[in-house]
Amino acid sequence: MLQVVMFNVTNGLIVGAFYVLMALGLSMIINLSNVVNFAHGNFLALGGYIAYTLTPYIGFWGALLIAPFLTAIFGWVIEQILIRHVYARNHIYSLLLTFGLGFVLQDTCRFLWGPSPLPLGIPDLLSTPITEDLFFITWYRVFMVVVVIVAVTGLFSFLRYTRVGMRIRAGTLDLDTVSALGVNVAALRSYNFAVGSYLAGLAGVLAAGQIGLNPNMGDDLIMPSFIAIIVGGVGSLTGTLLGGLLIGVAAALTTVVMPSASEAVIYVIMAVVLLIRPRGLLGEEGMLS
Amino acid sequence: MNGTFVNKYATTAIIWILLITVPLWLPLFGGYTALAGRVVVFALAAMSFNMLLGFTGVMSFGHAAYFGLGAYGCGLFLKYVTPSTPLAMLAGTLLGGIAGTLFGLLLVRRRGVYFAMVTIAFGQVCYFIAYKWDDFTGGFDGLRGFIRAPLHFGLFDVDIANNSTAFYFFVILVFGLAAAAQAFILRSPFGRTMLAIRENERRARFLGIPIEKHIWLSFSISCFFTALAGSLYALLNNFADPLGLNYIMSGNIVMITVMGGMRSFWGPLVGAVLFVMLQDYVSSMTTNWMFFVGLTFVAVVLFFPRGLMGMFQKGART
Repeated sequence: MLQVVMFNVTNGLIVGAFYVLMALGLSMIINLSNVVNFAHGNFLALGGYIAYTLTPYIGFWGALLIAPFLTAIFGWVIEQILIRHVYARNHIYSLLLTFGLGFVLQDTCRFLWGPSPLPLGIPDLLSTPITEDLFFITWYRVFMVVVVIVAVTGLFSFLRYTRVGMRIRAGTLDLDTVSALGVNVAALRSYNFAVGSYLAGLAGVLAAGQIGLNPNMGDDLIMPSFIAIIVGGVGSLTGTLLGGLLIGVAAALTTVVMPSASEAVIYVIMAVVLLIRPRGLLGEEGMLS
Repeated sequence: MNGTFVNKYATTAIIWILLITVPLWLPLFGGYTALAGRVVVFALAAMSFNMLLGFTGVMSFGHAAYFGLGAYGCGLFLKYVTPSTPLAMLAGTLLGGIAGTLFGLLLVRRRGVYFAMVTIAFGQVCYFIAYKWDDFTGGFDGLRGFIRAPLHFGLFDVDIANNSTAFYFFVILVFGLAAAAQAFILRSPFGRTMLAIRENERRARFLGIPIEKHIWLSFSISCFFTALAGSLYALLNNFADPLGLNYIMSGNIVMITVMGGMRSFWGPLVGAVLFVMLQDYVSSMTTNWMFFVGLTFVAVVLFFPRGLMGMFQKGART
């Protein structure tokens, strides 16, 4: 029994870590640009597929470094040619735009890499279990959690200590004032979008090593990411972090008791949070609403 | 003023003449009547959605939930309770409408992107329930094993079960009644208040209008009509599909509305014609239909944000 619980808790933390990576990127884009990027799951898939293509040439480690960067560049280009045109318009347009973009990206992946699932080769070192007793925890799982911790720490330090990071945080609170102070808000948003895409790409590479690749792999992750943001509170990245881990672990623990309800439980958490604390766990009142 | 008045009635008359004569002219273009039924059902869903988006200025991205609940409510009633088409439609409408009314309570205080995200998430709740509850809802394969029942009017029967033309007329009858009810609501003082909220929420609040209550009511009404469209959809296909509850369906409803023109009463109908034609044509031409449909979405947003009807309207804003 203990082993089952352990298995599910580690599973939950790992799944939660995915949600966190993905939700943080989404959350950053929502905070600064007020755009819910429906195509974020497709950015994730794209990151994974790029890594798949690069692995034969530069190996897994190289792909892990390069693929998220290429995803970020792709995100930056998309922001430049598509997304920035709808900032000033009704929110419905940004939703529809990214919704359509998601369709296009998904079919593009299907066209370029084929509709059937593909495996991403990971180094042998990572595919072995850490001990006999804990056979279900491979080093890859530990590695994923470490990467996520490094990425999240990096992101928070970036936002805290660099000039651009501070501007992004300031822009989240009051974009007009930031603009009035002479910051190029358009460039800031592009940059921010690229950082969000980087996180999606990174999550994509990690996910590909664990569950393999398929064109709609992002679809299963995008809804939990929305919920992580709602539960944590729109406007708060720490909240998103907390929300992602919370729903990941909650879903995994529910699997122990009642497997069929594991996906439903995250929606229940959301409903409860909305009833008791509508702004989300760490959200600020009136933020973006 | 008089010009627009005549114009408005002319548009309505043309639309109704075209709708009623569908069985005569559609086969000439290689279409079939069930396709027209699909257009009308999607149009009703999108027009109901547009009461919220276009006329109250609130955007939901989860209307598939109420559409799908309407379909499941109708199908489940036919399958498990009694084979009566009107009662099944009532059951579907009530199921979707009441669910929407309850969800609405949780989300009226949210605005903008946040509102949209919460509606998406609620939509997915319904999708998961239908998807997971195998024995009752048919799970991923959808709900089968029911068939629309003939209508009994005491003196005579209308066999909508086997006669597809009769069923089409039944669909446009329901559509007409629903559209008339919507037009009536939009013209009433309540409808004018919805417009006031759309135009300037803060000013409306200063005038003493209880904004939350109105948005909630508008959301609820919109959900009831959407669920009615959903119940027609179940009858049309003799099938309820969990994908009809998915956020992709919500996106399609939004797209139909925007493509036709969200500031126009009949815009969503025009959008539904375009959308069904596009979907039918592209999926018959290529397996990569998502690519082309997605590209159309992107193009509409970037180049035709006012939709087809919006292009004929003067002074409409995006």
